[in-house]
Amino acid sequence: MRRIQMTVDGRGHIAEVEPRLLLLHHLRENLGIGGVHWGCNTTNCGACTVLMNGESVKSCTVLAVQADGAEITTVRGIMENGLWHPVQQAFHETHGLQCGYCTPGMIMASVSLLKENPEPSEQEIREALEGNLCRCTGYENIVKAVQMAAPYVRRSEPVAAS
Amino acid sequence: MTEAPEKFVGGGVLRKEDPALITGRGNWVDNIRLPGMLHATILRSPYAHAKITSIDVSAAREQPGVAAVFTGKDLLEEWDKNPTANPAAVTGYSLSLAERENGGASVTPTADSTSESPVSEKTHTFCGWMVTEDIKVPDHLPVAVDEVNYAGEPVAVVVATDRYKAQDAVDLIEVDYEPLDVVTNMERAIQDDSPLVHEKLGTNKSYTWELENGNVDEAFNNAEVHVKERYIQQRLIPNAIETRGVVANPDPVSGGYTVYSSTQVPHILKSVLATYCGIPEQRLRVVAPDVGGGFGSKLNVYSEEVIALVLSRKLGLPIKWVEDRSENYLATIHGRDQIQDIELAATREGKILGMKVHLLADMGAYLQLNGPGIPLLGAFMYPGVYTFDAYGFSCTGVFTNKTPTDAYRGAGRPEATYAIERIMDALARETGLDPVEVRRRNFYEPFDEPTTTPAGIQYDSMNMQAALDRVLELADYEGLREEQRRRREANDPVQLGIGFSTYTEICGLAPSQVLAALRAGGAGWEQASVRMLASGKVEVVTGTSPHGQGHVTSWSQIAADALGVSPEDVEVLHGDTATAPWGRDTYGSRSLAVGGVAVHLAAQKVVDKAKKIAAHMLEAAEGDMEFEGGRFSVAGSPEKSVTMPEVAAAAYLANNLPEGMEPGLSEDYFYDPPNFTFPFGAHICVTEVDTETGKARIRDYFAVDDCGPVINPQIVDGQLQGGIAQGVAQALYEEAIYDEDGNLTTGSMVDYLVPGAPELPNYTLERTVTPSPTNAMGVKGVGEAGTIGSPPAVINSVIDALSPFGVTHIDMPASPWRIWQTIQEAQGREAGSREADLSGRPAQTEEGGEA
Repeated sequence: MRRIQMTVDGRGHIAEVEPRLLLLHHLRENLGIGGVHWGCNTTNCGACTVLMNGESVKSCTVLAVQADGAEITTVRGIMENGLWHPVQQAFHETHGLQCGYCTPGMIMASVSLLKENPEPSEQEIREALEGNLCRCTGYENIVKAVQMAAPYVRRSEPVAAS
Repeated sequence: MTEAPEKFVGGGVLRKEDPALITGRGNWVDNIRLPGMLHATILRSPYAHAKITSIDVSAAREQPGVAAVFTGKDLLEEWDKNPTANPAAVTGYSLSLAERENGGASVTPTADSTSESPVSEKTHTFCGWMVTEDIKVPDHLPVAVDEVNYAGEPVAVVVATDRYKAQDAVDLIEVDYEPLDVVTNMERAIQDDSPLVHEKLGTNKSYTWELENGNVDEAFNNAEVHVKERYIQQRLIPNAIETRGVVANPDPVSGGYTVYSSTQVPHILKSVLATYCGIPEQRLRVVAPDVGGGFGSKLNVYSEEVIALVLSRKLGLPIKWVEDRSENYLATIHGRDQIQDIELAATREGKILGMKVHLLADMGAYLQLNGPGIPLLGAFMYPGVYTFDAYGFSCTGVFTNKTPTDAYRGAGRPEATYAIERIMDALARETGLDPVEVRRRNFYEPFDEPTTTPAGIQYDSMNMQAALDRVLELADYEGLREEQRRRREANDPVQLGIGFSTYTEICGLAPSQVLAALRAGGAGWEQASVRMLASGKVEVVTGTSPHGQGHVTSWSQIAADALGVSPEDVEVLHGDTATAPWGRDTYGSRSLAVGGVAVHLAAQKVVDKAKKIAAHMLEAAEGDMEFEGGRFSVAGSPEKSVTMPEVAAAAYLANNLPEGMEPGLSEDYFYDPPNFTFPFGAHICVTEVDTETGKARIRDYFAVDDCGPVINPQIVDGQLQGGIAQGVAQALYEEAIYDEDGNLTTGSMVDYLVPGAPELPNYTLERTVTPSPTNAMGVKGVGEAGTIGSPPAVINSVIDALSPFGVTHIDMPASPWRIWQTIQEAQGREAGSREADLSGRPAQTEEGGEA
């Protein structure tokens, strides 16, 4: 067993874990964060996407011990001042989700994309989300959600930076 | 109180389901944690066909954290408990003193039960649709005992304190198998010397089902033109992003159980679990919490659901089982897998005189809930949107050593639509007509009353001409043909293809008498309760159980309009047999046309009663009451009025009600639809095919669909986008492939191409509105329309692009390799060898490189 510490959505957690435990399972089973979903455990579907130190990772492909000392952000931790993140709001407004199971991962991948590329083209959005599978929407409304959110995310950046 | 004069049906109401889902607060089966809960993990057969000669679980049992290990033999008696027996006796913890003296009978005989030996000779099956009287039904045990019949069949179960420990123990179980001959190919399976999947049945043919209308022989004898084609419906893997999962929780007070399952069908599941496990229905509660997609794959009752339930009964503790993705590929049903032989007789002018269809349908190794019935849902739809006189259909269901098949989005109808829409293009080629013209010549004249079809059913309403005219305009058909001509003349390596699909489909399952006539083992009604509460808020209880379709929002809109409240004032309760006891669940695009209509009708009953109370309150005649915008007023005296909430309060205070009226304002409706509904539409797929690489790229996709009046346009567009995407996926990308030993070689998301965002196009969608005369709202359904309409449009566009090369046929999926090979073959060039004719994988050339 290894003792690890990490911050998840702003809260510190210390735990003893087996070295083989996946970050995904640590978040879900040990910390009870049901908002991190999984769909394949093999890095294909992206439902488990979270931010680790600000970068998107698939938490089924990171060992919990590798995240020792890391800052993890899940879909539960991106609201600001009690308001939904613009990406969350845009998914709602464009009907970018149906069953909602891929949604937390899809939202986190989109948040990460807009950090790296604040003004993506449609093709860039589609390529950036290629590691996140959705079986319900056909992606069109997900792409629209990212397009809708982009200017809001851009405008809030200076605020976040100061 | 919210006054809501506006109407919400047809308006832009954002989904009420979203807030929980976009903030990570969904309630999925795998999020359920109960005190003392143990995790079950299943050992699955690596062989497609083998005798189990021995199983040694001793090492697994000794693993830390392991509570129990069961083989199929250990669980045999669990499947033969008598559901009519005393439930407490079935659970095993309340034997009467007399029973104890008799050695503790596990089942208390009752007047209508016979005392059976613990292991009976009954046939165990999950199948609820015995399509013919003489259908062959194999014994289907949740955990195999002597023999396994497909790779992935459960062989043993480990129960442990967590999933890692359970999996560790599974790896220590030692099983000796004696491999048997395998058959994976349907045409091989029906030969006399084929290996038998089930020796006991003596054949691999499960059933043959036939339908004939009109004089088919005469039509074919008299015809000037005959067209005969063979199409392959490749096997597909549904791939809901949430896999299946189940938690079974014993209730020590009632002696019953609560089963949480990621299912589309909590009510059907409850009935089957009760029967299969011998638990009286009234002591079983089934909950479908948030369900992460289904597409038909969760319209079933699976081994793992009964395993979890009986383990919770044996151990007296909550049991969780959650499928991993590789299990999902092996153990959740697959879809399609048919060989379609279709033949048209026509005049030289392209008018159809008759049609013959023969199917081979792969059932896989066992019959699942509706497996044998899936081809029948297509049987009535091969004639499509065309009217003619003679139609013959037959289907043979075949066993192979593969994962069982069952409903996958569209379930029989995408297959039918694909065949008719492909062969219409073949007829166009044969008669020298434009694909648009050959379709027009065979359309029905627009109708809005039930009209008999060549298959002998009655379509409800249709106006194909309007849909086709509009889609031609949207796509600028003439402009596209002009561009195509230019590219052909210029020998452009990227050729343009224009593909059509003019389709109808059958929704609104189903009139109960029709289901009975088709020998389906269940009714087709839907139930709703609408409860106007004393505060003026509303509870709607619905038997349909959504998994992404947005019923909570749409049903709120329906109830809000009927009752004159805001959708925000409406709570929709569903998916729990304790709160929504009656329902036939969600599949077959039935929810709105049956379940939504039930909500509408129950709400009307509430209004009818409220009107009587309002008249009494206003001392007016009931016939003089008007109801508008949530307010009852007296005709001619608008100042005399009461609001719906005031009426609701009066109904529950009950101190000033009309003589003899029951208090309360809550009404139920069981709605059994008098007919199916038939949405229709016209699709045009515009595809660029790179003839040098074989890559097909959908440039534009135009669809004009008609699903009757629309409740929520955004949700309907979403269903069409996602539906078309799944059809495109079948046409271009997906195929489940088995090797000759019965191994699923596309056993993971790495090997099976579920399309991502870069692989799919945007869609140009429009609608026409032709109400259905079948139901009070005129609605038809839309959940599967896109998946049904789109595959032939895509494939017809690929063939159209390649027609200058002489290509007239290509099978799905039209992968780059297959397109390239088709071009080579059409030009008489060496195109490399193809080992299995269903394989979409690159073949090796003699030089070792990829062909």
